[in-house]
Amino acid sequence: MIVFHNVTKRYYIGQNVVQALDRASLYIYPGEFVSIVGPSGSGKSTLMNIIGCLDTADEGEYLLDGQNIGHYTQRQLTHIRRRKIGFIFQSFNLIGKMTALENVELPLIYQKVPRKERQLRAMEALRSVGLLDRMNHRPSELSGGQQQRIAIARALATRPSLFLADEPTGNLDSRTSEEIMSLFHRLHEDGNTIVLITHDTEVSLQAQRRLHIRDGRVVHED
Amino acid sequence: MAWKMAWKSVLANKLRSFLSILGILIGVISLVVLVSIVSSATGSITDTISSLGTDLLSVSITDDKENPLRLAELDTLMEEDDISLAAPLEQTSLTAKYGYTSDESAVVYGTTNPYFSIQGLTLGSGRLLLQTDVDNMSYVAVLSYETAVELVGRPDATGETVYLDGIPFLVVGVLAEEDSSSGLSLSGETTLEVYIPYTTLSRVSGSSRYVSRFYLSAADDTSLERAELAATTFLLERFDQDEDAFTIMDQSAIEEAMSSVTDTLSLMLGGIAAISLFVGGIGIMNIMLVSVTERTREIGIRKAIGADLTDIMVQFLVEALLISVLGGLMGLGMSWVILQIANLFVGETMTLRLNLQVAWLAVGFCALIGTIFGLYPAMKAARKDPIEALRYS
Repeated sequence: MIVFHNVTKRYYIGQNVVQALDRASLYIYPGEFVSIVGPSGSGKSTLMNIIGCLDTADEGEYLLDGQNIGHYTQRQLTHIRRRKIGFIFQSFNLIGKMTALENVELPLIYQKVPRKERQLRAMEALRSVGLLDRMNHRPSELSGGQQQRIAIARALATRPSLFLADEPTGNLDSRTSEEIMSLFHRLHEDGNTIVLITHDTEVSLQAQRRLHIRDGRVVHED
Repeated sequence: MAWKMAWKSVLANKLRSFLSILGILIGVISLVVLVSIVSSATGSITDTISSLGTDLLSVSITDDKENPLRLAELDTLMEEDDISLAAPLEQTSLTAKYGYTSDESAVVYGTTNPYFSIQGLTLGSGRLLLQTDVDNMSYVAVLSYETAVELVGRPDATGETVYLDGIPFLVVGVLAEEDSSSGLSLSGETTLEVYIPYTTLSRVSGSSRYVSRFYLSAADDTSLERAELAATTFLLERFDQDEDAFTIMDQSAIEEAMSSVTDTLSLMLGGIAAISLFVGGIGIMNIMLVSVTERTREIGIRKAIGADLTDIMVQFLVEALLISVLGGLMGLGMSWVILQIANLFVGETMTLRLNLQVAWLAVGFCALIGTIFGLYPAMKAARKDPIEALRYS
């Protein structure tokens, strides 16, 4: 369960103040598949950073599973991220010198999962994205679609309460995009909560619910 | 896990890792090799000194009050209960020649019979210098074993004639072969040593026939202090109660003085080498800083998926530590090789050994340097803002 109540975030660029989020309010129920859409500069990235616990709000309340994240320290934020958030990025963000399996294992290492269990869970996650046979390949040896599936497996392995995807199909062709989207649908059917941030209308329409954001505010939903 | 990651990252950039290791490597080599050489040299020098015996005293007279010590007075000294033997020593360098050989420089000692037993020199063949040789200023000589071999060409040189500065001397005896040559020289060449009567030397070289330096041996090993006391009393009486007219040194004092000199030398060389290790540390820090910047995005990814400050910090610290300890161990290995090679050149006069104490100290010091110089880059990495880091390309 995600609740935003009048969340405000400002950035200072030299003398200028940029109001990235201006009293934005929203809620996302567990098990929902929600997309957040808006033009660039609308505050999408800031919203994602705050939902993903990479950043905190200047004002307002952010409740994640009932916890108020408002004034957490960096270390506490890290621990929330570690347990609850599964990131999927536009540019995949896999570590190039590690194999697919090692990349998927990495968040589990930070969760201090014992080695045996870690490997089992990582392999299970790779199996469910259909790339178990590529577990010893490095990202550079895989196609864009495959890399993104590895990234999804990495998020999946940690069993997060929220999948947070930032333009996950932005770097992929339409056929591969469809593959990735169907993977998200499957995750959703399995009962996972998914927040998908995009400016691609077609992609956003696949979600249960769409939140439109403009000038730092959630303007309407459909 | 952190070690495995660090190892991978070191291997991923082999050339760079090696270059950053190089500073530490050279530092360790200089530290270990230099200190090992000094300590091996010290070992062989103190061995030589203690092989001379620890029951002997060396006396030198610095101010004779215009009433110099005569040879006969040493006999009086020998009558003391606590003193066993006394012998004067004068030494000079003369050219030595046998038959048609070219001139060679020899150290010529002028002394009396007791000197040989005081110094623990034993006879190989012939006879030693006798009291009559001293009394008659005879032109006779005793050669050391090495000298006989070098100069005459065989150990049994008794009966041959050698020329010292052109004056013929009859060789009456040759000393037994020694285990460790007292004529220690780093070049491995033998120093020619010839013993002739004290009085003969003063005639040949024009030196004083009085005694300005002599050796004493105690009646037994335990009475060295009493012997020193007896000698002091005797000399004080002889030189108007002036303590500054003479100095008495025992071998252990020489040994101590020697080891304090070499300790200082080790410390100094070690200090210089430690500076090069320090410079190596700066090299590591430099590379680590580059690596942190280069891997900004990786740090961002790791932080986003759950690495906290400590995780990132440990990762980079372990990497710096691995590089420095690896450098240290490689340095140790190469030091060993260098010392083995050096051993081929220094010959038999001494054996260079890797000083284990210094070896572990060096590796420990490397680890310390890795930690100190890795700390700042690791902190810089750990403190990166994940949002900024993810945006970095």
